[in-house]
Amino acid sequence: MAEPIDRRTALAGLMGGGMLLAGCDRIASTSAFDHAVGGARALTFHSQRALIADGRLAREFTPADISTRFHANGSTDPDDAIYRAHVDSGFRHWQLVVDGLVHRPLRLSLAQLARLPQRTQITRHDCVEGWSAIAQWQGVPLGLVLAHAGLMPDARYIVFHCADRLGGDVYYESIDLVDGFHPQTILAHRMNGQPLAVAHGAPLRLRVERQLGYKHAKYVMRIELVAGLDRIGGGRGGYWEDRRNYDWYAGI
Amino acid sequence: MTAQRPDQTRQRHGVMVRAWHWLNAVALAVMLMSGLAIFNAHPRLYWGQTGTWGDPAWLQIGSSGDKGLLLVGERMFDTSGWLGLWTDSEGRTQQWATPGWATLPARYDLALARNWHLLFAWVMVLAWLVYVLHGWWRGHFRGDLGVRSDQLRPRALWLALRAHFGLTALRALATGEYNSLQRLSYLAVIFGLIPLMILTGLSMSPGVNAALPWLPELFGGRQSARSLHFLTMTGLLLFVVLHLVMVLLAGPFRLTRSMITGGVQGDG
Repeated sequence: MAEPIDRRTALAGLMGGGMLLAGCDRIASTSAFDHAVGGARALTFHSQRALIADGRLAREFTPADISTRFHANGSTDPDDAIYRAHVDSGFRHWQLVVDGLVHRPLRLSLAQLARLPQRTQITRHDCVEGWSAIAQWQGVPLGLVLAHAGLMPDARYIVFHCADRLGGDVYYESIDLVDGFHPQTILAHRMNGQPLAVAHGAPLRLRVERQLGYKHAKYVMRIELVAGLDRIGGGRGGYWEDRRNYDWYAGI
Repeated sequence: MTAQRPDQTRQRHGVMVRAWHWLNAVALAVMLMSGLAIFNAHPRLYWGQTGTWGDPAWLQIGSSGDKGLLLVGERMFDTSGWLGLWTDSEGRTQQWATPGWATLPARYDLALARNWHLLFAWVMVLAWLVYVLHGWWRGHFRGDLGVRSDQLRPRALWLALRAHFGLTALRALATGEYNSLQRLSYLAVIFGLIPLMILTGLSMSPGVNAALPWLPELFGGRQSARSLHFLTMTGLLLFVVLHLVMVLLAGPFRLTRSMITGGVQGDG
């Protein structure tokens, strides 16, 4: 029972393939696809949280593992006038603002941050693009700063407002309280034993070690505690989340 | 004892095998194409824990002037039109590593590619779990796919391989039970390549890394796991191509029909 593959069949196959490709774009723009993606994200988030909710640490490495190259992605030299002035004065007048749903809004200088208890960790940075690099980070545990400010009962998310603009819009990111109070979540001001370079987010960047690189906001100017993310930026919790529909939870 | 159908025939493919086959066909295509789209964000592969722009890569795709280039170790291949430099459907020259006809979506969109990839990753993982548990429970792996030790002798394997060479023999092969080579390759996919794909994929997740720090180390670090994810994909792709060639040669309509309706044992 043999059947030859005729030209019509081959053509139909090719056309089918082409229609499938065009169809995928159409599927991706439906709300059913959005719902399915939302479901998969929730599945990922909840299963990962079930695995690491108990404060599980990201692996820490030894000084010998530190990478010689650490690619700087996103903004590498913000051109905001106020930020430039801070760079020129060595961040002497720079202050981190902590406000929103807190009992005691704070303004912390770099010197004050450096006097708070520090954490130093050597961790691997995994970019959403696929590359990885290991560096040593020193900074203040975010949980400590939050404890100083005192969270109001309805505070649920921590928003990081940054000095850099990409395509005209200010960069921002957000995490929830589980990651906010995780011991490895620090506001880093030193990298590999040196003050943080401008390309890597001077004077202060977030390290949230159990998530991908774009969550590690650079050039952090203000930390705002909020009850929900819908009124911040485009409402999805971050610059890339708003513009390109990146995952807000970037544990994968 | 299950009731025999009146005509005393047995289906060649159980409903679970058929459902999994077609779900997998779709899921694999989506995973492969969205995976290539993700790869375009950083078309370089490394061994070890780390690797970024400027670090030595064992494989990289790029372009130089009007040439698309693939570098594997020290060797360089001109891949213009296919990899590194190609023309899109509107006639524009593009320099992304893999061409638009092979990626999902066709234009560069890392976030959308990740959405496709991570959605169908769940589909694949859950479907694989259901299929494997069901197969164990119903004896599918022992019965349809089980291999006896005497079938693994070189001479027996050689005879099984020879059965793939002639068209008549190949068509005869596609009617009865699977021969040892078919069984071995299906088992290698089900218990080798697919689990390896899942585990190397999970090794790239920083969340999973915190939960199971030994997992990426199993493969020699995160970037090694990423390389193995890519190589395992190549293995799966090779299986799919061979599988499709065999089906095309042995009777595509009959075999496709039996994978849809279940077919009749002894008749494809």
